[in-house]
Amino acid sequence: MVNNKKSNDNFRHIIQVLWTLVTNAYIIGFIRGKIYQGKIKNVCVPGLNCYSCPGAVASCPIGALQAVIGSYEYKFSFYIAGFFIIIGTFMGRFVCGYLCPFGLFQDLLNKIPLRFKVSTFKFDKILRYFKYLVLIVFVVLMPIFITDIIGQGFPWFCKLICPAGTLEGGVPLVLLNDAMRSTVGLLFGWKFFILIAVIILSVIIYRPFCKYVCPLGAIYSLFNPISAFKYSINTDKCINCKMCAQVCKMGCNPVENPNSLECIRCGKCRSICPEEAIEYTFFNERKKI
Amino acid sequence: MFLKNKSSALTAVTLLAGFLFLFIGVYRGESIIVFEKAVNICLECIGIG
Ligand code: SF4
Ligand code: SF4
Ligand code: SF4
Repeated sequence: MVNNKKSNDNFRHIIQVLWTLVTNAYIIGFIRGKIYQGKIKNVCVPGLNCYSCPGAVASCPIGALQAVIGSYEYKFSFYIAGFFIIIGTFMGRFVCGYLCPFGLFQDLLNKIPLRFKVSTFKFDKILRYFKYLVLIVFVVLMPIFITDIIGQGFPWFCKLICPAGTLEGGVPLVLLNDAMRSTVGLLFGWKFFILIAVIILSVIIYRPFCKYVCPLGAIYSLFNPISAFKYSINTDKCINCKMCAQVCKMGCNPVENPNSLECIRCGKCRSICPEEAIEYTFFNERKKI
Repeated sequence: MFLKNKSSALTAVTLLAGFLFLFIGVYRGESIIVFEKAVNICLECIGIG
């Protein structure tokens, strides 16, 4: 069973790495300290992948949302809302488990061996709601309402919080681009501090940014219960051994709720289940394990 | 069976709405705003603006 779990995890990591490479394939950007400026940047990738990353070939949906609703022309984005609805309806937080570079980054950090790993703590449950607050305040309300004289808002989540932007865009560009380096100030220090905090916490806690802060995870989570890709428990097979709940690093109990808002579809529970009782469906078609 | 069809219908309607929104967004020129933002280094993202 342990082997099964390992091979599932390895398979997932391979997909995560391949996806990260494909969506950040503009190698010249890393050499020249510039970013890709081609047509594909019209479209978004499903995960949190900064469009200011030198390698990024497409756009970040959270950055794109703030750009549109912060513009003086539009205060609602059909384009990005439609994108979220389509991706969310197909797969919900499967994106988090398989298609997000920042999720992969935290996964790898959590593999660093440490004597004390924290699986849950006193305010864990309540803190999970914080990501919805981040989404509403920093991604939606502030870009719409805090504007300059021509009505242009700012991407406040990118500006004040996003550690993915610092990691994927900030650090490489500041290192590679002299002009950028000369303008580094307090704000960069603040964002760098957040990134370091996320890195340290990720070693101790599994995916702290995804659990408590990420507005993109917050959006996709709302689709988990209705997405085409879903989990279900075969009650005829389940012996209620609770192994699935014990192995879940996101703190879910698939038997109680196989489509929890916190489930990132990593598949650990499915591969550990001795009775193969956790099944997945796609458009209500049951898939064989 | 009824429930199954109902949830499939909900998925189909949601998907349809998603594509409709996407097309409206493209029609309104929102993708151009995204493009323009994404092809210039975003100072806010990297922490210097
Ligand atoms: S800073 Fe973060 S939210 Fe903003 S575009 Fe970059 S990755 Fe996306
Ligand atoms: S919660 Fe956010 S950062 Fe985490 S995997 Fe999902 S989209 Fe990526
Ligand atoms: S419930 Fe299963 S698939 Fe979902 S996060 Fe937990 S272990 Fe992964």
